Amino acid sequence: MANHELKQSGADLRLTGIQKRFPGFTAIENLDLEIPAGSFFALLGPSGCGKTTTLRVIAGLEDPTAGQVLIGGTDVTALKPHKRPVNTVFQSYALFPHMSILENVAFGLRRRKVGDPVAKAHEALKLVELDHVSDRKPAQLSGGQQQRVALARAIVNRPALLLLDEPLGALDLKLRRQMQQELKQIQQEVGLTFLHVTHDQEEAMTMADTVAVMNKGRIEQMGAPEELYELPKTVFVANFLGQSNLLSVDVVGGNDQAIHATLAAGGGSRISVARTRTERDSGTITVGVRPEKLRMHQTAPAEDPGINVIGPGRITDVSFIGVSTQYTVDVPGIGNVEVFAQNLEAGPVGHLDDEVWLSWLVEHTFGLADDHLETGALTTEFSTQVIAAQAAE
Amino acid sequence: MAFTAFSQSAKVVDQAPKGKSWIALILLAPGIAYMLLFFVAPFIQLAITSLQAPAEGHGIGQYVAGLEFINYWTAIQQYWPQLVRAFIYAVIATIIGLLISYPLAYLLGVTLRNRAMLQGILLILVVAPFFISMLLRTLAWKSILPVEFIGTDGSVIFGLIYNFIPFMVLPMFASLQALDLRLVEAGTDLYASPVTVFRKVTLPLSMPGVVSGTLLSFIPMSGDFVVASRSFLGSTDTAMIGNVIESNFLQTQNYPMAAALSIILMLAILVIVATYVRRSGAEDLL
Repeated sequence: MANHELKQSGADLRLTGIQKRFPGFTAIENLDLEIPAGSFFALLGPSGCGKTTTLRVIAGLEDPTAGQVLIGGTDVTALKPHKRPVNTVFQSYALFPHMSILENVAFGLRRRKVGDPVAKAHEALKLVELDHVSDRKPAQLSGGQQQRVALARAIVNRPALLLLDEPLGALDLKLRRQMQQELKQIQQEVGLTFLHVTHDQEEAMTMADTVAVMNKGRIEQMGAPEELYELPKTVFVANFLGQSNLLSVDVVGGNDQAIHATLAAGGGSRISVARTRTERDSGTITVGVRPEKLRMHQTAPAEDPGINVIGPGRITDVSFIGVSTQYTVDVPGIGNVEVFAQNLEAGPVGHLDDEVWLSWLVEHTFGLADDHLETGALTTEFSTQVIAAQAAE
Repeated sequence: MAFTAFSQSAKVVDQAPKGKSWIALILLAPGIAYMLLFFVAPFIQLAITSLQAPAEGHGIGQYVAGLEFINYWTAIQQYWPQLVRAFIYAVIATIIGLLISYPLAYLLGVTLRNRAMLQGILLILVVAPFFISMLLRTLAWKSILPVEFIGTDGSVIFGLIYNFIPFMVLPMFASLQALDLRLVEAGTDLYASPVTVFRKVTLPLSMPGVVSGTLLSFIPMSGDFVVASRSFLGSTDTAMIGNVIESNFLQTQNYPMAAALSIILMLAILVIVATYVRRSGAEDLL
């Protein structure tokens, strides 16, 4: 797939104060966003969070109620979609069924009267390894092939900004993984700015340099995938991006480095959080830890200022996944805590009804900005699978 | 398309247990009987009639079996102006009808797609004329239109357009209603102006509706004998082939002539339609 003919740098995108109201609801409320040129940016969120509307506003398919869209420093808010230097890979692919694959790809070039559209279309089809089907009709191609044609049809125009609207949503898991890698590779090859909209957190994390998590028309948190995962700032992000165990605690004191807290429900456990890793440092706050960071102990571990301990609890569920075993531990006063343990031994090490203590490093603890009692619906069950299932409906 | 489907189902019948083929035959029987009784038999009768010779003594309406192929030549020689006129009227009425029907179908199927109430009301208005007899409606126009206008080429073409517009609108509406608007968005996203999107995406994708709509109106228009008759919107100068066939059958009782004209009309329509469909690239409809 070495093809440097298409290489050119994309432009940066800036959204300032974008607002989009529809009769009866607000899809986007006051969105500011900056995407540097040449980056692979993912907009991640559940269905109905406003991410697709954001994309359509950028493409010009919807007019924002307020705010500005700037591409490469130029205000394009008032421009009609066909005059914007932007192309979209639609979720439905939207290939023209009455045209050959080649004509589909050449469509944008012909409209702009670019010289030699046929040769350039062939070139783009070679990039996605589909030049051999150029004279077929879209209906004769598989879903994965259609997806690649849609991609070729967009990148052949070398847009300043390429918008991808859940382009992998209709593919099966295996093909999706493969396409994720190919997309990433193509982005690096052509050097365009990619804005990828998805509800699949794994997809966003594996592909993008920067991920913005969107919820209810606002961006909750933005950053590199590892940063978002290791240090979520809100309950929504903690639960939407992977799974989290959240605890409600009362802050009782602290030092320069850390704050100390006790479980709000009572019990002797002391939980410490580094000051740099918490959004709030007084009152009742919500702290969390990722399930794979937890360790199970058969006996109460020795006290250590660098370690948080809860327990004892009882194992109520053991599911063997293969690479890991997922335990559910019922800890009195806290409820269910999820523990993902890598299978270093053959078979599970904990058993149903075992009494266990759970420990994790203080540096793996994060303190959240919002009180999770206020958004009580968000428990660990509110995983991405559930959201993805809702989105698929 | 239809033939491929048929051969495939025939294959299935071959492989099925013997009893099944009887069921298929029984299920097909009413359709086959209908076609034999109401199309094949009358057509054979018509072909035989068209070759009949006048009976001895030349009594009016008295004919005997024969092979008078000369009937066809006489028919063409005598009535070619009416035949040509019928097709000219039908072509003009189809073109004007298309210019009226397509925007109407677009309004119904695209603009009002998400406004069920308005769309429903408009659809009812398009279909409503069917609830009143065509004869009555055409007569009504005779008293509405200015007297000087009646009996001209214009009044006949007007009548044809009026009567056949619903036949044109409905297939086009069905096509446009099914048009995936995301394709239109994809077109604008790929630098096509609204006009170009219409030319390159909307129109080609609604062609099946355009072709079937124009055929559904052109064919009956060519054979129409009501609008152009003197009792309605026509005069002797506007007689179409349908009027000639009617008067030969019912007034002069020259059955062979009327039958020959009917077959000529049918063949002419077949040739015109086949050419049109081939050129518009909509062979699936044949």
